[in-house]
Amino acid sequence: MTAITDVAAYLAEFDDIPGTRVFTAKRARAGYHLNQFAMSLMKPENRERFKADERAYLDEWPMSEAQKQGLLDRDYNRLLDLGGNVYFLAKVFSTDGLSFVQAVSTMTGMSVEDYQAMMVAGGRSAKGARSIRDKN
Amino acid sequence: MARITAGIGCSHIPVLGFAHDHKKTQEPIFKPAFDGFDWTRQWMKEDAKPDVVILVYNDHASFFDMKVIPTFAIGCGERFGICDEGFGPRPVPEVEGSPDLAWHIAQSLVLDEFDMTIVNEMDVDHGLTVPLTMMYGEVDKWPVKVIPLAVNVVTYPPPSGNRCWALGEAIARAVASFPEDLNVQVWGTGGMSHQLQGPRAGLINAEWDNRFLDGLTGDSDTLRTIQHVEYLRETGSEGIEMVMWLIMRGALGKSTRAIHRHYHVPVSNTALGHIVLEPVG
Ligand SMILES: [Fe+2]
Repeated sequence: MTAITDVAAYLAEFDDIPGTRVFTAKRARAGYHLNQFAMSLMKPENRERFKADERAYLDEWPMSEAQKQGLLDRDYNRLLDLGGNVYFLAKVFSTDGLSFVQAVSTMTGMSVEDYQAMMVAGGRSAKGARSIRDKN
Repeated sequence: MARITAGIGCSHIPVLGFAHDHKKTQEPIFKPAFDGFDWTRQWMKEDAKPDVVILVYNDHASFFDMKVIPTFAIGCGERFGICDEGFGPRPVPEVEGSPDLAWHIAQSLVLDEFDMTIVNEMDVDHGLTVPLTMMYGEVDKWPVKVIPLAVNVVTYPPPSGNRCWALGEAIARAVASFPEDLNVQVWGTGGMSHQLQGPRAGLINAEWDNRFLDGLTGDSDTLRTIQHVEYLRETGSEGIEMVMWLIMRGALGKSTRAIHRHYHVPVSNTALGHIVLEPVG
């Protein structure tokens, strides 16, 4: 089979997926310090320092003001746009004592209860959520 | 000679590790997920009894961060510690490696033109320990040696499904050329459909997942041609983890037979899939 070697064409398709930010090289570069900051929260002493003064801890990292504000607001969709990756951002919501279900539901515009009920009922259907262009 | 006797596909959902560690496996929300592993646990203990598992998984920003991103990394160390994923390490035994076989595979793969990253020291996260728990339950010591094979499925592009399948084929050649008589299994972990990010989070596609499970059996190799964008559209952004199952499938050779299969929705945000395959012929 033929391998895909056209990077631009490969990436272009990702923008057609509704409600999804694929963690591309562009996002990985933009979010490098954001994600490395989040990674630092794996250490209990750093979690304590962050909790004691979030702003001061954030100021130790060479992040953009928008990234810092996104973190202070726990605006996870904004953070995805600014290069955050969910496995790294998980260190932030774990520090807040939130589960994946609780944190992930905040990105969907649904309440935790509604989100959980949707999951129990079989999850979000792929129907209509595959492609912006094809509306399928 | 070492031989690959079986392949296992298994989701590695962190909450299952949590449920096990906190003795909640019989609670109504977790029981159906765990019940589907009863068969496998008994089979592992009484029939399969592998000496070594080549355990294909991904790290979730636990040991690897953004500093270094190996596409395929093979653990050649004597042992692997358990990652602290932010709540203290899971209370499970350390993982014992199989350095002689691991180094043999690493050398064979590089000569076979798979340029692996060789890792001597690393801790392993739920991606590796949850499947061990599902297959062995509560133990003081894992009854098997493990060769961790970590795949990047976080930063794009991950390896193609086709490349994963071909890596599995190369692993089979490497194992077959190892002189010691060892019973080896290959596990592919992660998936199935799930999306943990953005407004589309919570996506599950049971129909697609089950077609994927169907495709792992028999002598078809159509799964290797599935493109990343299809995983993303059909199975959610984290469904891409299923490319790791193709390393397992590729290692089993031309044809397979399923001897056990289990599927359950949901486990937290995720569709749980599990299959036990034997090579045929
Ligand atoms: Fe995973």
